[in-house]
Amino acid sequence: MIKLAADGIKEVTTPLSDADVESLKSGDRVRLFGVLYTARDAAHGRLIALLDEGKPLPIDVKGQIIYYTGPSPARPGMVIGSVGPTTGGRMDKYAPRLLALGLKGMIGKGARSEPVREAMKRHKAVYFGAVGGAGAYLSRYVKKVEIVAYEDLGTEAIRRMAVEGFPAIVVNDCHGNDLYQEGMKAYAR
Amino acid sequence: MREIHVSAISDAVKKLCMEANWDLGPDMLRAFDQALKTERSPAGKQVLEMLKENAQIARTQKIPYCQDTGFVVCFAELGQDVHITGGLLTDAINTGVSQGYTEGYLRASIVKSPFDRKNTGDNTPAVIHLDAVPGGNVKLMVMAKGGGCENRSKYKMLTPADGPEGVKNFILEVIKTAGPDACPPLIAGVGVGGTFEKAAILSKKALFREIGSPNPDPALDAIEKEVLDKANRLGIGPQGYGGDTTAFAVHILTYPCHITSLPVAVTIECHAHRHKEVTL
Ligand code: SF4
Repeated sequence: MIKLAADGIKEVTTPLSDADVESLKSGDRVRLFGVLYTARDAAHGRLIALLDEGKPLPIDVKGQIIYYTGPSPARPGMVIGSVGPTTGGRMDKYAPRLLALGLKGMIGKGARSEPVREAMKRHKAVYFGAVGGAGAYLSRYVKKVEIVAYEDLGTEAIRRMAVEGFPAIVVNDCHGNDLYQEGMKAYAR
Repeated sequence: MREIHVSAISDAVKKLCMEANWDLGPDMLRAFDQALKTERSPAGKQVLEMLKENAQIARTQKIPYCQDTGFVVCFAELGQDVHITGGLLTDAINTGVSQGYTEGYLRASIVKSPFDRKNTGDNTPAVIHLDAVPGGNVKLMVMAKGGGCENRSKYKMLTPADGPEGVKNFILEVIKTAGPDACPPLIAGVGVGGTFEKAAILSKKALFREIGSPNPDPALDAIEKEVLDKANRLGIGPQGYGGDTTAFAVHILTYPCHITSLPVAVTIECHAHRHKEVTL
């Protein structure tokens, strides 16, 4: 569900529909509400291995957003430690398989490959950028965390995070636009 | 002969690791403010403001500035009149890393082998560069080096004919290909000369110089300023969202080199430029 807040920022609540995704445009600032699943390199490796064996995944990715992050440990009494994005490109090898299953959003930093951008167009999905390195700042928007799979992977385990107002920007929309390319063109001199 | 017990080394390294991760240096905060004055891109400005606030939250709440709390790179300068007692210097440094990362709630990001990829659990071992120097002190310089930016570091063997122009073009190319992936605004540490490994080590050491300070060698300073200016015309901007602040600094260190060679190494560092040092 998406609604436009008074300050012009789009408030996006998970799960996402195709229509939600279609309404998001590269460069849009958003605040995310609902659930984000964390997964990075090692967890993606395991998810894809399960798919290769024809086995079910530990999470249903349909309509969901995966956040590429490996948080730092929470101090006692805190929900989570620092929790900024990791480089999305390292998940390029895996992402099209999850997009085909109905994954609607990914959050990371850094450019995605052509095949991933194509898969985003085909399956209607969006790639959000969160500010890399702003892990302490972003931790404030995480309200609850539970590990749902692969606890043995430590920081790389799959976590279910409840977020309220998590700030991000649309980097790649499902119409083929790319903020990195357009931004660079606009400011090169 | 001055004696220093290994526990003093471990304690110092532990403190440096924690403080580096919580407390971004004042030179970086000045760089944010400076960039905010010149940045034209609204998205870029928002990123810079967020990073300033991020630094403030990290410092006051003692949580890491970035969740990637890095690979610890430690340059240790051991005075020749010092005798380390109670164990090995490298073990003491690693003990300090282990304690700092565990007690400081910092992320363990190191795997034991590049192939089996099992996490060591306490962010050890560090990459340690040891130098013998005159005197009776031990200087410990610790950096928490992020992985995303490190992955964009590059090396090239230029030919002497490529000269300074070749070096400048290569640094710029590395900054450009690093792009949004390495969390710009970036800092480029550059090692020129020596051998393959010497240039790479210099490119790390160059990062310890204060951001905004001139290179003491005027010729190198001119190269740094020229490359920085060109980098900030690329348009990549903070986080790659487009803008004028692609890099905060280019720092060059050189070493004599062979008549056939012009090695250049560029370490790409992100705005999470976390380092601290102490002299015991
Ligand atoms: S590149 Fe730097 S700021 Fe970005 S995630 Fe890695 S350590 Fe953090």
